[in-house]
Amino acid sequence: MGRQLLLDNLDKPGINTLSGYQETGGYESLRKALQMKPEDIVAEVQKSGLRGRGGAGFPTGMKWSFLAKPPGEPRYLICNADESEPGTFKDRYLMQRKPHILIEGMIISSFALGANTSYIYIRGEMMYVYHILQKAIDEAYAAGYLGKNILGSGFDLDLHVHCGAGAYICGEETALLESLEGKRGNPRIKPPFPAVKGLWGCPTVVNNVETIAAVVPIIRITGEEYAKIGIGKSTGTKLISASGHINKPGVYEIELGVPVEEFIYSDQYCGGIRNGKKLKAVVAGGSSVPVLPADLILKTANGEPRLMTYESLADGGFATGTMLGSGGFIVMDEDTSVVKNVWNFSRFYHHESCGQCSPCREGTGWMYKILSRLLDGKGETKDIDLLWDIQRKIEGKTICPFGDAAAWPVAAAIRHFRSEFEQYIDKGNSDVKHYYRINNLQES
Amino acid sequence: MARVTIDGHTIEVPDGTTIVEAARKIGGDIVPPTMCYYSTLKTSGGYCRTCLVKVTKGSDKDPRPMPKLVVACRQTVMDGMEVQNITSPEVLEAREGVVEFLLLNHPLDCPVCDQAGECDLQDLSYEHGDEGTRTVFRRRTFPMRDIGDKIKLHMNRCIMCYRCVKVAEQLCPERVHGVLNRGWDAEISTYIEKAIDNEWSGNMIDVCPVGALTDKTFRFKSRVWFTKPLDAHRDCDVCCGRVALWVSGDAVLRVTGRKGVYHEIENTEDGKPGWICNTCRFEKKNLSDWVIEGPRHIDRHSVISQNHYEQLKQLKQDLSRQKLIGEKAHNN
Repeated sequence: MGRQLLLDNLDKPGINTLSGYQETGGYESLRKALQMKPEDIVAEVQKSGLRGRGGAGFPTGMKWSFLAKPPGEPRYLICNADESEPGTFKDRYLMQRKPHILIEGMIISSFALGANTSYIYIRGEMMYVYHILQKAIDEAYAAGYLGKNILGSGFDLDLHVHCGAGAYICGEETALLESLEGKRGNPRIKPPFPAVKGLWGCPTVVNNVETIAAVVPIIRITGEEYAKIGIGKSTGTKLISASGHINKPGVYEIELGVPVEEFIYSDQYCGGIRNGKKLKAVVAGGSSVPVLPADLILKTANGEPRLMTYESLADGGFATGTMLGSGGFIVMDEDTSVVKNVWNFSRFYHHESCGQCSPCREGTGWMYKILSRLLDGKGETKDIDLLWDIQRKIEGKTICPFGDAAAWPVAAAIRHFRSEFEQYIDKGNSDVKHYYRINNLQES
Repeated sequence: MARVTIDGHTIEVPDGTTIVEAARKIGGDIVPPTMCYYSTLKTSGGYCRTCLVKVTKGSDKDPRPMPKLVVACRQTVMDGMEVQNITSPEVLEAREGVVEFLLLNHPLDCPVCDQAGECDLQDLSYEHGDEGTRTVFRRRTFPMRDIGDKIKLHMNRCIMCYRCVKVAEQLCPERVHGVLNRGWDAEISTYIEKAIDNEWSGNMIDVCPVGALTDKTFRFKSRVWFTKPLDAHRDCDVCCGRVALWVSGDAVLRVTGRKGVYHEIENTEDGKPGWICNTCRFEKKNLSDWVIEGPRHIDRHSVISQNHYEQLKQLKQDLSRQKLIGEKAHNN
């Protein structure tokens, strides 16, 4: 097990309370940060090489440096806790177990950016986490970490938790802003980017929970030290939500650069495939990223071992690679049907599309219907080409990346598992009824 | 000022102009089609994706091409920008895809739809779509609704362009009109079926690119191409009073705003959009209510212009245009 910067001391009783968190050195980074100049904190984050942990992997320090600073206008920091990607559950785990690390990160980041009001936008389904966070914030207010003149530094910060209503699209940063403003959660057209015109038209930074939490250890151990962890441009540690047919599903903090093979088979991490089965495929970064078959996830097309880094997983582009994404690591064993898996994903995207852009609104539903027909054993060979054509016409044609996220899983499943689609068409599907029964779905 | 080149035509436009507006200044075939963009409605556009174009050169300062296709209606021009519209196969293919998506759940009930003949979706699918359909699934349906007592909402035909929402937002204060539900199931509605009671609500009919919002005083009265458009005006306390009358014999069947080349409301002399009020639209249905200015020129490529008084002139223009295109193709 590598260094644990976020999930350390999790077993300590009372780590979710202020006193427990302080006993493990909590809020020391904040004291240190308040002695620093805000621009030095930004520089420190830039030095650390920290990249956005929400999925896109954009360098956080650079994002912060883009923030416009017009005089007389408030700036906002928003924490995106609308974690709804199927297969990803790291933020929820972190907030639930160690809420104060997020709050400490929010205070440091707000100080660095000059924001006096900050928000945590949390997904509606995670109401219990909302209560945990709210309790932690109340504790922080009482201890003087929030409110006016924090620890005598003259810096004021109000931190609010806002509960969404459970829409996946509100995890898109501009849709999140709309939702936070009390409007319909539709993504905005960019430009202008939130760094220039965000919440209520003011400069805004939106960061993932894990990104903001990672600022705390960066300040503690310095950016240079943080940058030593990991390989190349993938620095630091990353939370991976491992799920699927593995012996030990759960959230793991890895040092970026662990080989995928080690991550799946080592007893420190996933502990191998359940029931001694063989590995068939992996969705490496949450439902949106392309699925890869076993041989390509363990080794790149050049035969090099694939590592858990942004670059190594993306090696070979989408033809033979995938993305680290949000770290939702879904493992499928040899008995799994990739077609059913992609059907499930497409059902999700069909349900969650906001409906602004016509390709996404209509295309996601169309793909879902074609895949349902395929699963029913009523598919035709031309359906595979049709699916391919539809996903191509959605990808890159929409306002926000949702269209891409809906198109990529379908594309990758066809690219790597075409024969499986053909099997469904040739033989019909004998176990569909079984599938419907075990999942309590209405057969239509 | 910014110099922008669209399909080889260069034009200089003020900074902050969108690609569509720049293209409209050039005119002709290189103007990207728009379904949701409406120049007089703020924040409209960006949703339907029919105006996607390819930016092959970002600007003189930053000549990199843009990685994805961009929406011409919201992307502003930069000095030295180069744009491909009909010269890019990628754009044409994407547009064909968008047409297919827009028609996926459209009922295609043109034979009974009042919009037929002046429908943007008809024109779009005719000009940019592919033949035939690849979907065999049951189309999405909604119940019919009334938006106030004069407007019928036929949600099945809606393409979710949000134009009527922008009208409600920008012309009608205290709006109760908006979008309900999400994605596939999203629909235009007045909250809790509350009727819209506003002098300007009728303009939603004018901005609707399809037959989703129709005038209840005109529904099923006549096909639009059997009516004669006349320019007319009256003194109105509320609006500019400049309208287009759609007349059959002596009967005024329909009153609409005056729409220009791109099927958008024309500006009045003082430069403001010529929105008309509900009194002019729904209640002044006698020729004696109006001062007739003369026949209205319908400068559209749709079917109405084909049965127009200016038919011959139009035909001549069309033929010479076709000839030009032919010659150009031949020379290439």
